[in-house]
Amino acid sequence: MERSAIVHEAPQRTGPQKGLAVPSFVADAAFRATTAVFAGSVVVLALVVAWQLWLSGRPAFAEFGWNFLVSSDWDPVNDQFGAWPFIYGTLASSAIALLIATPLGLGIAIFLTELSPQRLRAPVAFAVEILASIPSVVYGLWGIFALAPLLREKVYPFFIEHLGKPFFTTPSTGLSLLTAGIILAIMILPTITAITREVFLAVPESLRESARALGATRWETILLAVVRSARPGVVGAVVLGLGRALGETMAVTMVIGNRPEVSLNFLGPSHSMAAVIANEFTEAVSDIHLSALSAVGLLLMGVTLVLNVAAQLLVWWTSHRLKGARA
Amino acid sequence: MAFGNLTRIAVAACITSAATYAVPLNGAGATFPYPIYSKWFFEFHKKAGSEINYQSIGSGGGIRQVTEGTVDFGASDAPMTDEQISKVTGGIIHLPTVMGAVVLAYNVPGVDHLRLTPAAVSEIFLGKITKWNDKAIAASNPGAKLPATDINVTHRSDGSGTTNIFTDYLSKVSPEWSTNVGSGTAVKWPAGTGGKGNEGVAGLVQQIPGSIGYVELAYAHQNKLPFAILQNAAGNWPEPSNEAVTAAAAGALAAMPADFRVMITNSPGKDAYPICGFTWLLVHPLYADKEKGKTLVEFLRWAYTQGEGMASSLDYAPLPESLIKKVEAKIDGIKY
Repeated sequence: MERSAIVHEAPQRTGPQKGLAVPSFVADAAFRATTAVFAGSVVVLALVVAWQLWLSGRPAFAEFGWNFLVSSDWDPVNDQFGAWPFIYGTLASSAIALLIATPLGLGIAIFLTELSPQRLRAPVAFAVEILASIPSVVYGLWGIFALAPLLREKVYPFFIEHLGKPFFTTPSTGLSLLTAGIILAIMILPTITAITREVFLAVPESLRESARALGATRWETILLAVVRSARPGVVGAVVLGLGRALGETMAVTMVIGNRPEVSLNFLGPSHSMAAVIANEFTEAVSDIHLSALSAVGLLLMGVTLVLNVAAQLLVWWTSHRLKGARA
Repeated sequence: MAFGNLTRIAVAACITSAATYAVPLNGAGATFPYPIYSKWFFEFHKKAGSEINYQSIGSGGGIRQVTEGTVDFGASDAPMTDEQISKVTGGIIHLPTVMGAVVLAYNVPGVDHLRLTPAAVSEIFLGKITKWNDKAIAASNPGAKLPATDINVTHRSDGSGTTNIFTDYLSKVSPEWSTNVGSGTAVKWPAGTGGKGNEGVAGLVQQIPGSIGYVELAYAHQNKLPFAILQNAAGNWPEPSNEAVTAAAAGALAAMPADFRVMITNSPGKDAYPICGFTWLLVHPLYADKEKGKTLVEFLRWAYTQGEGMASSLDYAPLPESLIKKVEAKIDGIKY
């Protein structure tokens, strides 16, 4: 087998269409140029946004320097700004979300492609994808009024009693880093599930058959033939989920407690980069406050970029190693 | 033809609007007074035919836009600083329009009435009083069954004029708050969790037993939240009401600066409710566009004679008569 997972199979090329008024090479060139402009505009847009954020965030970077990244002091009254609590909150809540959603999403995808009876597949897949279409403010409201009280009264006391310090300490109001992570997990679950499922479906049947022919059990078939060969696609799915988790604003701000504080206590309030921008931008009056918020925006872009590049490297590395192992 | 019809309608529309003499005025700013402002603009449009557009993008945005000259007037829940005013070409006049009050909503099972002294309020928000049965709370609530549970402080996480009024009050009643925290639309809270908007804070208070948080009086009224009675500067315990808020402005009148840039929290009036403040329209002293200046002044005159009466029905406190007189004198000074 040359290809480990045929995810993006290009359609067969057909010959140039007859009957077009323009010679096909002109049309081809024009089409190529147009699509290149489309693709290029995305890059330009990202650069323009980053440049604009840099321009308006520069005073904050100039004023606070590296301290802006490591200081936990966010005090709009005295014009002191340090973004570390927000960076920490965003990374920690997204990490929690991935820890919960990745195994869940993988499990659902395996069930849907390999184990479930045929007639169950479509309805369950549909139900998972419905989750993706719920607006985030609805998740947030549900988080405040249903999830947070439930966690506060039934789940967190159990955590505090049995797991305890340093990650689960009293007191908890239900609005916390962990609650935000759980909400995010639910929100990114459809992304991870849907893509993973597609990737698993794209694994050629012949791979499964060969595994079975070699005497693999069902479990081994799933693990070796399907999950293993689909690994780059799975990483891609997780990266997309991560992207959504990092940038999610509304649902997070409603359940995270909005307290710029760095603490190991998952049950304590925290904050996030997207949330602080959404919260403070409209009423920020001083120039340096506005600048600091723009700088946080730039940092958020930077964090997303770094994590995406890291994930791309991971994809490259896993598929590379896979090929190496097979050779 | 459909196209022809459309053109005719468009032409007719142009003629009508020209006939009723309308230069649309554009304003932007505070969200808190948006309900009353949109009512005023609507009623004024019905009466005078002049259109006024208002975008409630927040006080900070209102100040920025009026500074840059992209709107004809701004609106803010916090007065502009001297430094901000110095950046506006042509200067800025602050006109107080209506008042809002901030109440402390609470959720303590078994406690239906709660009275708090200024010292107790500031200590709670400083995170120094942490239990509901603390001596400082018990002293002003004889007979109340205060539980020994934790106090969960909630505050606004979004920048807001409500926060500005509340933290200004805390700065006045507590030197410690003034030095360590200060006042503004967003501050570094020593304690508690943040909720987005009035609804966010109210949601937290209702959800979490033992909570206390500040919300707009209007919001607490409309949602029937229980709120604490506060002791004012004169030592009385006025119920938070529009009358008590108007009384606060009247009480602060003696010390009112000529430009109306004043926070009237902890007002000395006998019946004054202590946590309340103005919201301001930010206008220029001179309008180069005659039509616009004329419309604006007409609107302002109308607002302070007819509009103030609509305030109470929308849960805003109207200005006291004595202050309206002073504001009207200021409007007379607007040139165009």
